Amino acid sequence: MLERNKIILLASLVVIFAASRFSSRIDPYYYQIILFAGINVILATSLNLVNGYTGQFSLGHAGFMSVGAYTAGMFTTYASGAWLGALKPLGAFASNSLFFAIALCLGGLAAGLTGLVVGIPSLRLKGDYLAIVTLGFGEIIKVVIENVDTLGGSRGLSVPLGYTNLFWVYAMAAVTIYVIVSLVNSTYGRGFLTVRDDEIAAEAMGINTTKYKVLAFTVAAFFAGIAGGLYAHLTQFINPEGFNFLKSVDIVTMVILGGMGSTGGVVFAAIVLTILPEWLRWLSERPFLPHWLAGLLENRMIPYSLLLILLMLLRPQGLFGGIHFKRKHA
Amino acid sequence: MIEFIQQLINGLSLGAIYALIALGYTMVYGVLRFINFAHGDVFMIGAFAGMYIAPQVLKLSNGNPSWTVMIIVLLAAMIICAFLGIVIEKLAYRPLRNRPRLTVLITAIGVSLFLENFGQYAFGVDPQSFPDLIGDHAITLPAWFGPLTDLTIMVSQVLVGVVTVVLLIALRFIVTKTKLGTAMRALSVNPLATSLMGVNNDVVISFTFGLGSALAGAAGILISIQQPSIDPLMGLQPGIKAFVAAVLGGIGNIPGAAVGGILLGVIETLVVGYSDRLHIPSGYRDAVAFFLLILILLFKPTGLFGRAQREKV
Repeated sequence: MLERNKIILLASLVVIFAASRFSSRIDPYYYQIILFAGINVILATSLNLVNGYTGQFSLGHAGFMSVGAYTAGMFTTYASGAWLGALKPLGAFASNSLFFAIALCLGGLAAGLTGLVVGIPSLRLKGDYLAIVTLGFGEIIKVVIENVDTLGGSRGLSVPLGYTNLFWVYAMAAVTIYVIVSLVNSTYGRGFLTVRDDEIAAEAMGINTTKYKVLAFTVAAFFAGIAGGLYAHLTQFINPEGFNFLKSVDIVTMVILGGMGSTGGVVFAAIVLTILPEWLRWLSERPFLPHWLAGLLENRMIPYSLLLILLMLLRPQGLFGGIHFKRKHA
Repeated sequence: MIEFIQQLINGLSLGAIYALIALGYTMVYGVLRFINFAHGDVFMIGAFAGMYIAPQVLKLSNGNPSWTVMIIVLLAAMIICAFLGIVIEKLAYRPLRNRPRLTVLITAIGVSLFLENFGQYAFGVDPQSFPDLIGDHAITLPAWFGPLTDLTIMVSQVLVGVVTVVLLIALRFIVTKTKLGTAMRALSVNPLATSLMGVNNDVVISFTFGLGSALAGAAGILISIQQPSIDPLMGLQPGIKAFVAAVLGGIGNIPGAAVGGILLGVIETLVVGYSDRLHIPSGYRDAVAFFLLILILLFKPTGLFGRAQREKV
């Protein structure tokens, strides 16, 4: 099983690499959407580990994303002179790639560390309390960034090096999916699921529920940090408002639409919900639509929020929730 | 000392707003055990309702602002918000009555986003100015107040205090002396038992939503009198802070929410007012409430007046 997943990962990396050779032929507008879809896949699959598999409701994913974005962005901006100089013997392509990989890792580690620090106290809480506390931490991270002048404060930070491209985004998305699928299918995965299904019973069986919750939270924060790093080097400008509560809700919506605890469904939902606002914008510009309807569609959050409410009323397990592919026994 | 009293007065008038919103959170939590995320947006709708009604009422009084005008606008906004709260409960929350709490929480987030964004669509994104209902100005204290005459006390601050006290007394009466109020308290202890005793739980829950939303509507008018610039996202921060206030007082506890709201308003104002001396940049204003929330939940999750509930398997 594991071997098969590894082969799939390697094969998809090769395909992504080959595909990225043709990226210059894609229309820049579509290219941008494709990259955003990939970043959202990373964010949603990682949050799914916490909200879906471990059954804890986090509303602060954008906060961890911002930690990764700022760490990686600051690193490539201020350390590029020294590092690129030292890596020069490797050639331009290899040295830039290595430098960016280090930046992404640093972003991920910083976010993971923040996740650990936030997770240890807050994961003692349950349900709606946990949701509010993670929301609170997300807001605190935002307010701190707004007040630190070296990070650009509320003016934002510009990241001059636009490293992010098709290869990086989708390679990272593939790695994220691989790690999360492997983790869920391991002994740890059983731990996550028991915590979700019945915490009291899990504790009674001697499972250290706090350990599993904090682990899921930290891993999810790490990948959110990676996504943040990719995002910073794609838009080349980040500001704290971009990582507010609504961004966290966006990611939660992807997880819920896809079905909590279904990686495939969440990947699908992340892609759909990236394209949907663009499609709605296109639709709202059609002349045949009455003016009021165009206005309603233009603000993507109106259809989003209705979607969320209707989904909860009609299909609370999400589009693909509750479908589990059976694991083959050896 | 004068500065401290001034900050205290400012804090009390902000805290009164938080208290009124927090009461709605705590009452709904009491009967349904879930956080009504959309409550802060009901508060926003209250402010906008006031903005649209006020010119009509002012026309009747020949454009003269007065307390009567204010009270009419306040009551109208309260009725509209009560109606809105009942409708939200009926359409969005009632079908989910026996579902997991997380499902209801997500629905509440959806309702909140809908109100905010539909508000942006219907009222416009830009802040709008709220008409002056009372002819707000600073009160000149008589000379025998001594050094206290240096204080700047606005008419609106006195008004917020008076209205809040009146509403709290009215609420106290409704909750403790009327049949519906008694049913509400009974429901928060044991919903199954109340339905066996012949109480119509649905009616009581609707009533609770109406009552809480009416208070949020009143808070919407009161804040617009003090800070006459309103926008569709104005409910976000006060909403979350009022929730913190409810948790501070012990969620589900009605007097606790009032005390928690006032306490939070005072703490927030003092921290910001003394930010120089405390070496905290005043930009951290919005983080104060969250910081407080995290501290309460870690050290005393039941809040100041809440009772701990044992978990049963």
